[in-house]
Amino acid sequence: MMNYSVDADGIATVEWDLPGRSQNVMNGDSTEAWVTAMDKAIADPAIKGIIVTSAKKDFIAGGDLEMLLAMKTAKQVFEWTGEFHKACRRFETAGKPIACAMPGSALGGGLEIAMTCHYRVAADNAKARFGLPEATLGLLPGGGGTQRLPRLIGYAAAIPLMTEGKKIKADAAARQGIIHAVVPAGTEREAAKAWLLSDAAKGVKQPWDTKGYKIPGGGLATPNGMMFFTAANAMLRDKTYGNYPAQKHILSCVYEGLGTDIDTGLKIEGRYFAACVASPEAKNMIRSLFFGIQEANKLATRPQGVPTQKFTRIGMLGAGMMGAGIAMSTATAGIEVVLLDRTQEDADKGKAYAIKQWTKLCEKGRMKPEEAQALAARIHTTADYAELRGCELVIEAVFESREIKADVTKKTEAVIAADGIFASNTSTLPITGLAEASARPKNFIGLHFFSPAEKMPLVEIIMGKETSDETLARSMDYVKAIGKTPIVVNDSRGFYTSRVFGTYVNEGMALLEEGVNPVLIDKAGLIAGMPVGPLALADEVAIDLVLKIAKQTEKDLGAAYPMNASHRVAEKLAGELGRVGKKSGKGFYDYPEGGQKHIWPELAKHYPVKPESEQPTVAQIVERLIMVQAADTVRCLEEGVLKAPIDADVGSILGWGFPPFRGGPLGWLHTIGIDKAVADLERLEKAHGARFAVPKRLRDMATKGERFFLV
Amino acid sequence: MTEAYIYDAVRTPRGKGKQGGSLNQVTPIHLGAHVLKALRERNGLDTSKVDDVIFGCVEPVGEQGADIARVATLYAGYDLSAAGVTINRFCASGLEACNMAAGQVMGGMVDLMVAGGVESMSRVPMMSSGGAWSVDPQVASDTYFVPQGISADLIATKWGMSRQDVDAYAMESQRRAKRSWDEGRFTKSVVPVTDINGLVVLDHDEHMRPDTTMESLATLKPAFADQGRNYGFDAVIMQRYPDVAAIDHVHHGGNSSGIVDGAAALLIGNKAIGDALGLKPRAKIRAYASVGSEPSIMLTGPSYSAEKALKRAGMSKSDIDLWELNEAFASVVLRFMQVMGIDHSQINVCGGAIAMGHPLGATGAMILGTVLDELERTGKSTALATLCVGAGMGTATIIERV
Repeated sequence: MMNYSVDADGIATVEWDLPGRSQNVMNGDSTEAWVTAMDKAIADPAIKGIIVTSAKKDFIAGGDLEMLLAMKTAKQVFEWTGEFHKACRRFETAGKPIACAMPGSALGGGLEIAMTCHYRVAADNAKARFGLPEATLGLLPGGGGTQRLPRLIGYAAAIPLMTEGKKIKADAAARQGIIHAVVPAGTEREAAKAWLLSDAAKGVKQPWDTKGYKIPGGGLATPNGMMFFTAANAMLRDKTYGNYPAQKHILSCVYEGLGTDIDTGLKIEGRYFAACVASPEAKNMIRSLFFGIQEANKLATRPQGVPTQKFTRIGMLGAGMMGAGIAMSTATAGIEVVLLDRTQEDADKGKAYAIKQWTKLCEKGRMKPEEAQALAARIHTTADYAELRGCELVIEAVFESREIKADVTKKTEAVIAADGIFASNTSTLPITGLAEASARPKNFIGLHFFSPAEKMPLVEIIMGKETSDETLARSMDYVKAIGKTPIVVNDSRGFYTSRVFGTYVNEGMALLEEGVNPVLIDKAGLIAGMPVGPLALADEVAIDLVLKIAKQTEKDLGAAYPMNASHRVAEKLAGELGRVGKKSGKGFYDYPEGGQKHIWPELAKHYPVKPESEQPTVAQIVERLIMVQAADTVRCLEEGVLKAPIDADVGSILGWGFPPFRGGPLGWLHTIGIDKAVADLERLEKAHGARFAVPKRLRDMATKGERFFLV
Repeated sequence: MTEAYIYDAVRTPRGKGKQGGSLNQVTPIHLGAHVLKALRERNGLDTSKVDDVIFGCVEPVGEQGADIARVATLYAGYDLSAAGVTINRFCASGLEACNMAAGQVMGGMVDLMVAGGVESMSRVPMMSSGGAWSVDPQVASDTYFVPQGISADLIATKWGMSRQDVDAYAMESQRRAKRSWDEGRFTKSVVPVTDINGLVVLDHDEHMRPDTTMESLATLKPAFADQGRNYGFDAVIMQRYPDVAAIDHVHHGGNSSGIVDGAAALLIGNKAIGDALGLKPRAKIRAYASVGSEPSIMLTGPSYSAEKALKRAGMSKSDIDLWELNEAFASVVLRFMQVMGIDHSQINVCGGAIAMGHPLGATGAMILGTVLDELERTGKSTALATLCVGAGMGTATIIERV
């Protein structure tokens, strides 16, 4: 766990080496072992200096989130961090020089431990990253980071690193003054030792313990400091809508802590850290963003007993933006792609799109030209189905028409191997129906990517009625191979993501029909934490597409079709008024060239706006926009569309940007409590109709006192 | 209840509140002492009868720190028994000082008070005293802090005031201020600031720009667009007012109050002390009120405070002959006129802070004196003076001539 050795020069080495893990993490045991080792080195008069380092390829990856989740009360967290801070202060003020030798990344608690050392040296390791990313999970650097980093590099440089959770490379960290030196990999311990034995190390103190210490760049009680915080506060609210308390608390730790000594500052940090750990926002983000995505990436739900498939060549039908995006992701994973379209020219266009994106990355210095060339060489364009021979998987992203999809299915199956998988990227057409065109429906599956596919991390895998577990397992292997996160759903109209996402757009349009100010509707969407308001989103998706899907659904369901607001409003806008959305510059908004979009002034003619006194409050709109999604998500679970609650939440966040601080639609119900969720939905159903009806599953859970998640 | 009477009111002229401004040569303690001396000399005042001196001051630090009211009282040579206290209700501090003085008289615990304010914006700039509101991350975020200019622009946006509207209002303020000076309407109260030799440093309001035209105003760039758009403040206020699609930044230096230096003081006391000292009461204070309201839009408090004071006085809007609302920003006055149903001919008739400037801690006392002078000049009886106040407050005072 914590290797301890002393060399002939009286230098002790304390080496982090957590057993059975590839990464060192700070948890109760490892931290205790570290404290014990450090105390031992400090107490031993023969020891002249201490090297803190790691036996792994990285230094320390951060704090153990499971341990944090297990802490029940803020008091417990506050006391635990208080002990940790005391130990760190004991070490850094003991009068013995301490050097930190980092072979690789030091993140979160890892960097915080490094900052308790007097000297930090990093290996020249291109993969190493340094940063305090706690805020991305609703936490803050609670191991002294909010106090030591600004005291080291100034508040103006420290705050963005913490609030944005940026991870930077060693050279950048050195430039910023976070680490002292970058040395050739493998020599970092020698460098640390050399410093410990140098004159510079004699009687060394931390900057903040040195007489006459001044905060770099000046303190906060200055006109500059006041202006900085005034603007930082507003800009943070601009970005977060007040939904992410961790970032605000980071600002407060710096604001309150820098006005005092470091020991007091650490106490202030401890209080805000405890508040973060205890916050529902952190619990939701840790559960969904961290553990949820981690489990999904590990393919926790993959059917067992199927050997892992390694993909070498896949086929991509349709070279539009979606097809090109999937081809990019696939090529990036080292897999050959046959990119096929009706004509060679169309196929080439898709490849040109990919090359253009990679060229942009090269221009930004994020990719080397030779890498881009190698990737492009993996994409083979064609109009000839014979070229698909040898593909282990073929994905179609052709026009959303049953006939066309049936045609390409048959043409593909004629050339690919009998065990080849055929996947449809449809977002709307049920997979079971599409599989009817297949001679091998067991090998037919839905792989629903999101646009732009080269960037969006989610793939919704849809099981048709006949799809085999083997096909599912192998498809999951592909999703993992291209570095995306899969969720698995059963076949249903709109599957999971499109269906529930549609309820958000529909609710926006229902509000519009009720005479709610469209500006207020979309602002409420943003305040709810959604990335885009529902009307602006409909514009981006295209209102004619919304209408087309609604009409198709109406045709398929016949008399059972529930007419809804989004169908009516889309009919009015796209059908009657020809306002199809952003692509034509005209939707709910006008998009003047070179100007800011604004609500179409004549929208009020068609949807008169109620007087201000009759408008709902923002909170009421926010509740509707969120609860309508949550209710339908429970229905998906109830109907078996979704198998696991965590899939619902991961899919919602990665798929359509459901606010992470809420955890996901189910995470949000979990947050407010199942009993309250039932009561809220009853009230909303009474006021706004059956789309808010309490799903039976939720009512049963309330009765039995069940919950979706443990924490 | 004892009545509180105004026996006298004086003010300094207002100097441009920056380096090069005439009163930048003069320390705030000197400005404060100057108006105290003027009150004493004009009224042959036995200062041993003064119970307390209340001064408003919005940046009470540095030269204005450590209870400037008490030290100015000492420096002015008042009897040592006259106490001094400094208060801060942001822009209404000077009026609040008068209200507190009146309240103490009415309560019967004092006989004679001096109330006023002082602010050298050139020597102790705005924001010098810091404060948690905008800076403390918890406070700023939870209360949707934005700078006042953004609030003023929201008011214009929300209630449909165009750039043309606010500029036209500003023009009129300049015109009225010039007319008032030309006609000598301020002569009774303005006491020129003099130096150690008795030489005049400033004898007029030097911030005025009587040559202002709509065209010259039109050339000015919106003052708050940059901080609104690039530092998140537009977004913050639109989160608080989510039915607003975009902020129309209409305010600039020409239609906002000027940054100036100055001081003012009023002599307020009960009837008996006036009789004993041979002072003639000019008006009585009928009622006063301060209110808090939503702090992000911040500047709509005056109508609430006016309504509250009217109710307290048992008066209605039609009982007020003249209105005085500090011209912090043009939209503040335009909105007040909308809400209260007041014609422009009844409000700020002598011009206001857009033309003459707004020495933060002193302005409330200045406008109360100005409107009293105007009542006397026109033979009218009642007036209501009010100011919008930072953090969503409003303060109002109703006076009636006797």
